[in-house]
Amino acid sequence: MPIHVEQTAGQVSIQLSGEIDHHGARSMMGQLEDAIAARMPTQLTLDLSGVTFMDSSGIAVLLRTLRQMEQLGGTLRVVRIPPQSRRVLDAAGVGRLVTLE
Amino acid sequence: MNIIDQATVAFSSRSANEGFARAAAACFAAQLDPTLDEVADIKTAVSEAVTNAIVHAYPNQLGRITMRLRLLEGNILEVQIKDTGVGIPDVAQARVPLFTTGNEERSGMGFTIMESFMDKLTVRSRVGQGTTVTMRRRIARRAGAAR
Ligand SMILES: Nc1ncnc2c1ncn2[C@@H]1O[C@H](COP(=O)(O)OP(=O)(O)OP(=O)(O)O)[C@@H](O)[C@H]1O
Ligand SMILES: [Mg+2]
Repeated sequence: MPIHVEQTAGQVSIQLSGEIDHHGARSMMGQLEDAIAARMPTQLTLDLSGVTFMDSSGIAVLLRTLRQMEQLGGTLRVVRIPPQSRRVLDAAGVGRLVTLE
Repeated sequence: MNIIDQATVAFSSRSANEGFARAAAACFAAQLDPTLDEVADIKTAVSEAVTNAIVHAYPNQLGRITMRLRLLEGNILEVQIKDTGVGIPDVAQARVPLFTTGNEERSGMGFTIMESFMDKLTVRSRVGQGTTVTMRRRIARRAGAAR
């Protein structure tokens, strides 16, 4: 399972793991969307510490998750970002849209 | 510029081959004794170019993708990724950050990432004939390295 979900009240934390490329992104996105729709969190934290590789497909996953959270009136934080993912997110300027910690 | 070593791999435009292409490029680059960060940069740029060939060049069928890896004089890695797919009508426009003809699974940042992770990016394309992306990256010589 590339995603692992934990919940405390309205706060949901989801750990992503493995390689987020075009090959893996669609199934990860589906699982993420389902997990969010089922729990409707007000605060979602995505933990990327288990991500071993990410390319622009991962950017689209984060931006779609952000949109889904905005539609729910909730917030998104992305935490524990490994260096390679961080370089990709920085090159794309994703930090202007999503809170990266 | 002198070519010191060269390897070419060809594969079909299936998404499962994205990981294969990244690993093959990293293996070839290993002879330059790159740092982990340098390897990560090369894999990321390769992933972008190969994903483009898979997603955009051959939208409704499988096609052939060729990746040519070269070690050039001066510790330079050159990666060329070539498809014979639909081609890009306006390369300058395609290279603009956020420009995409893709669906919501795309962000329009692939070329921007290739540019920022490599030293040089060249894109040649002809509509109906295909696209060739060539990237170069100089790998720093490390103190104490054998070469
Ligand atoms: N090999 C190719 N064949 C045909 N068109 C291409 C090719 N590579 C890129 N393109 C075109 O250039 C555009 C920009 O490419 P780029 O990689 O920057 O963004 P993207 O692939 O759309 O999104 P992302 O890479 O962020 O997932 C693509 O949307 C597509 O129209
Ligand atoms: Mg792309």
